[in-house]
Amino acid sequence: MLNARDILETITMIQDEHLDVRTITMGISLLDCCHSDIDVMCGKVYDKITRYAKDLVRTGEQIEKELGIPIINKRISVTPAAMILASCDNKDAVKLAKTLEKAAVACGVNFLGGFSALVQKGFGPGDRELIEAIPEALSVTDHICSSVNIGSTKTGINMDAVGLMGKVVRKSAELTADRDCIGPAKLVVFCNAPEDNPFMAGAFHGAGEPDCVINVGVSGPGVVRAALAKAGDCDLTAVADLIKKTAFKITRMGQLVATEASRRLGVPFGIVDLSLAPTPAIGDSVAHILEEMGLECCGCHGTTAALALLNDAVKKGGVMASSHVGGLSGAFIPVTEDAGMIDAARCGCLTLNKLEAMTAVCSVGLDMINIPGDTPAEVISAIIADEAAIGMVNSKTTAVRVIPAIGKQVGEELSFGGLLGSGPVMPLSTYSPAKFISRGGRIPAPMQSLKN
Amino acid sequence: MRAVITVIGKDMVGILAKVSAECSNHNINVLEVTQSILQDMFAMIMMVDITKSDIPFTEFSDMLQKAGNEMGLSIHAMHEDIFNAMHTI
Repeated sequence: MLNARDILETITMIQDEHLDVRTITMGISLLDCCHSDIDVMCGKVYDKITRYAKDLVRTGEQIEKELGIPIINKRISVTPAAMILASCDNKDAVKLAKTLEKAAVACGVNFLGGFSALVQKGFGPGDRELIEAIPEALSVTDHICSSVNIGSTKTGINMDAVGLMGKVVRKSAELTADRDCIGPAKLVVFCNAPEDNPFMAGAFHGAGEPDCVINVGVSGPGVVRAALAKAGDCDLTAVADLIKKTAFKITRMGQLVATEASRRLGVPFGIVDLSLAPTPAIGDSVAHILEEMGLECCGCHGTTAALALLNDAVKKGGVMASSHVGGLSGAFIPVTEDAGMIDAARCGCLTLNKLEAMTAVCSVGLDMINIPGDTPAEVISAIIADEAAIGMVNSKTTAVRVIPAIGKQVGEELSFGGLLGSGPVMPLSTYSPAKFISRGGRIPAPMQSLKN
Repeated sequence: MRAVITVIGKDMVGILAKVSAECSNHNINVLEVTQSILQDMFAMIMMVDITKSDIPFTEFSDMLQKAGNEMGLSIHAMHEDIFNAMHTI
């Protein structure tokens, strides 16, 4: 018989502490949709996505009801679009984006990721066309997410792509300036991008993945914070242990949902992503976990150490709870999506410099940060280069998702609504990296020995 | 297939009767009941067998939730699997 305390603990986690499964993401390969005629290819893409994912939302809702666990998002990730665009004579990437949007709407999913290109070593056929089409594609669609991988530990950093992405991010913001610059909120620039990530905006279905797969991303910052609050004054060894135990429970739930979704949809189970993904809701914040550990405000000295402890403990606890772990797996620090981070950024305690340090130990990177509207493209490129360097040297995934707030200055706010949240425009260094960025070329891959 | 029904709220006459009546109406067998007071709140946990239930579990769960709202109680019916997954290795 189940223990009454365990049962009530689970109910409290779900009712009061925002425990949920953040996303069930169906990965679909589009490699067999290649065709030299873009219209034929778009037809095949639409048919395949709507055929494979037609029951995704309904099945997700059924599991949600039967198990009693909220499943917030049902999403689709597809093969990086640049790969299939390469097969077309007329590489009209916006047309492909509109097809993906139509398929996403037909399936009823929240987002579709994979309007992506992998250019860590150079541009292949279709890559440049796709990247240049990103701003327009994001402005004419609502559900499409885009990502570009510009570096990796094995290949180094493609600085030509970094230079281009600064312009793409800026233009995405300009084209959506009338909608709080939502465009770049759906665009991630990666170093070491994982191929099985279920989280947006960076989800895509890697070339090494099977035809179709189910990946699940869990959440639960509120649960971790509540567990720490109940524990009171214990030392950091005990804090790490408690986070591990909590992460184990959260992940077990994700594993159950993943197994069940995979069985019902008849699609192989891929991975569970062990992430602590915050939302702007009160009580669902990663920053508040760090503050619960004893920081007066997220962003003060000590934040990097606290985040390192949290990120590592989440992985250690989650790994045993799932048969396959993958994706980004760790603690996310998206500023506008986290109530605690928003407050910390507003009061000036959390700065871009501190966030950059935090990304060396968290699971992703500079995420959902509003920057001044007059930021030149080369400064955005330089932010991307810095972040990619951290990922490249430390053999980890890093990413940049910054939103130039067109027409706004430091202190003003952007509001995206929903899970994307809102937040203040944060200050950047005003000195210019223009010459460094304009050099282009590649930063060579780093040494993997002599580690210091 | 078994499910766990939890009732949390202010103690009052007829909670057990109301929930068991809903179960019996739909051919759901009550296997075990425990109740306790949790932070001044009444907490009842029922283990039920839903194998022979005459309505889909999601409908039953919605119905209980609605009945709970009418009585000012928070009632949840959840599949046993979730608790097993979370609390047993």
